[in-house]
Amino acid sequence: MNWIRQKSPFILTSTILGVLMVLFLVIPILGSIGNSLSGLPTTFTDTRTLNAIFTSFYCAFLATAFVFILGVPFAYMLVRYDFHGKRFLDSLIDLPILIPHNAAGLALLSVLAPTSLIGGAFRLFGVEFVDTVFGIVAAMAFVSAPFLIRSAQEAFGSVSFTMEKTARSLGASNFQVFRHVTFPLAFRGIVTGCLLSWARAVSEFGAVVILAYFPKTAPVYLYDVFEGLGGDGGLKTALPISTLLIILAIVILFGFKLATSETTRLVQ
Amino acid sequence: MALKIDHVSKKLGTFSLKDVSLEVAEGEYFVLLGPTGVGKTVLLEVVMGFHSPDNGRVLLNDRDITDVEVDKRGIVYIPQNCPLFPHMNVFENVEFGLRMQRVSPASRKKAVEKMLEIMGLEKMTEVMPATLSGGEKQKVVLARVLVTEPKVVLLDEPLTSIDAETSRSLRNELKRINHEFKVAFLHVTHDQIEAFSLADKIAIMMEGKIVQTGAPNEVLSNPIDEPVARFLGYENVLHVRLVKCEGDISEVSVAGIPIKLKGKLESNAATIAIRPEDLVITTEAPTVSDEWNSLEGKVQEYTNLGPLVEVTIDAGLMLKISIDKRSFLELNLIEGKHVHVSFKADSVRVVSLRQV
Repeated sequence: MNWIRQKSPFILTSTILGVLMVLFLVIPILGSIGNSLSGLPTTFTDTRTLNAIFTSFYCAFLATAFVFILGVPFAYMLVRYDFHGKRFLDSLIDLPILIPHNAAGLALLSVLAPTSLIGGAFRLFGVEFVDTVFGIVAAMAFVSAPFLIRSAQEAFGSVSFTMEKTARSLGASNFQVFRHVTFPLAFRGIVTGCLLSWARAVSEFGAVVILAYFPKTAPVYLYDVFEGLGGDGGLKTALPISTLLIILAIVILFGFKLATSETTRLVQ
Repeated sequence: MALKIDHVSKKLGTFSLKDVSLEVAEGEYFVLLGPTGVGKTVLLEVVMGFHSPDNGRVLLNDRDITDVEVDKRGIVYIPQNCPLFPHMNVFENVEFGLRMQRVSPASRKKAVEKMLEIMGLEKMTEVMPATLSGGEKQKVVLARVLVTEPKVVLLDEPLTSIDAETSRSLRNELKRINHEFKVAFLHVTHDQIEAFSLADKIAIMMEGKIVQTGAPNEVLSNPIDEPVARFLGYENVLHVRLVKCEGDISEVSVAGIPIKLKGKLESNAATIAIRPEDLVITTEAPTVSDEWNSLEGKVQEYTNLGPLVEVTIDAGLMLKISIDKRSFLELNLIEGKHVHVSFKADSVRVVSLRQV
């Protein structure tokens, strides 16, 4: 390794700090796995755990689809068109990242509860948010939307205006330009955004627990078990479940890396 | 008239196009020449429909298209550094326009294959743009445009970011296409070689206005004002006073130095311009006729421009002269050397008349 042989104090310090950083991130994960090996096999077959994980994955998928439909055209609009209040709208997008997530849950509850105006209106159509899949999806969508919108904005921004103008002058309508040029070129960035948004939604606890405690998502169920709300509590019972979630996260992370590098290869 | 730009004005921020009118005839190669930043691209974008003009109209074959959608105009635009679609191969790129216009796949295939053959790209159908050379990319860009059979093609500095050799071959290609396809080109550039080697007609644009239009030689030999003269490479622009007129020769003077020019000067003062390549440097006094000017001076400085050298001579007034490298070396033009400068009376252009 050439860079170590250079013996620069700066590189040496950076290396030590980097190693500490990695250890800080990896040790708890390894600890969780190591301390729960014996309990893992039963967790893998525990229906309540598997149901909670399924609920999380499924609701996160719906939340991502919801944000995709509303957020991708919005991101395109923010990138391509100028209008009054654009900068204000643009900065609003980051708000869900800054709000404490249980505060976000309370904010959603205040407008989606059956007694509120909007919640009441939805109730007329048979849609309720408190303790339903709709509630989970709403909470997840609220906290994960910025990730997809920002990725889509970046992806659209990387497609040059000149490219779109060229396509227009060759006889393509605005929609054809979007469908055949801009979207395909931004596709990879948007997929990345969807995965980030989905991952953020899956791991959401604070907003979900306030709006929809039931059906239990994996983070809510894990918290329940830890608190001993369903019988024996504490670290020992909760750890195998958290390890299972960590293993799934690792599998998804590497799957994600593989998928994006595959898309890159295909695009190129 | 294929394309007519009729009194178009457009204000964009601090920049404005001022009452621009020009006409491009069918199959004509029209070059709009002007320094960078005078509004050439804005004009093209107005013609294309990316900006609507504040005033004026754009007509294509006598039809007013000022309010027609970009994709319905029948004009194709090749912007500066025109990109190919990176996610499509050469064939798909060339096919794009026809596909958008919903031409049937069979006719599309036939038209694209024919076009690729004409452009010598038939072996590259499957190649992705990233692996093409600069020259090949420009050929695909041209093929992609021509296959849609446009009436008018707008080109924005198409040869700017290409090396000299490729640029030369693409110039020939553009000229060939112009003749073979009978398509009218409106080509904007700041490059004079590009302009004069391609144009059937030239317009000069300065600060948002068309200041001069005409055949290339006519424009080159009769610049309309001092900025145009300087832009067209008349390095020697002088403000002179009339001394006398004799026959068809006028004698003027600047800083006490007499200069003869062809024709009768109609005013007592004028701005004249002489191209640096119209002046001749000799070390001995030349024997010249009455229609020649001959001055003495010394070499002030020189700038090496590759095959040419630009020499500044102090002859009581500063004259810039461009000579080829070999003559420069043979004459041994070191700084301070005493030389003679001569130029014909008819190489002196009267740019504008003044009264003092």
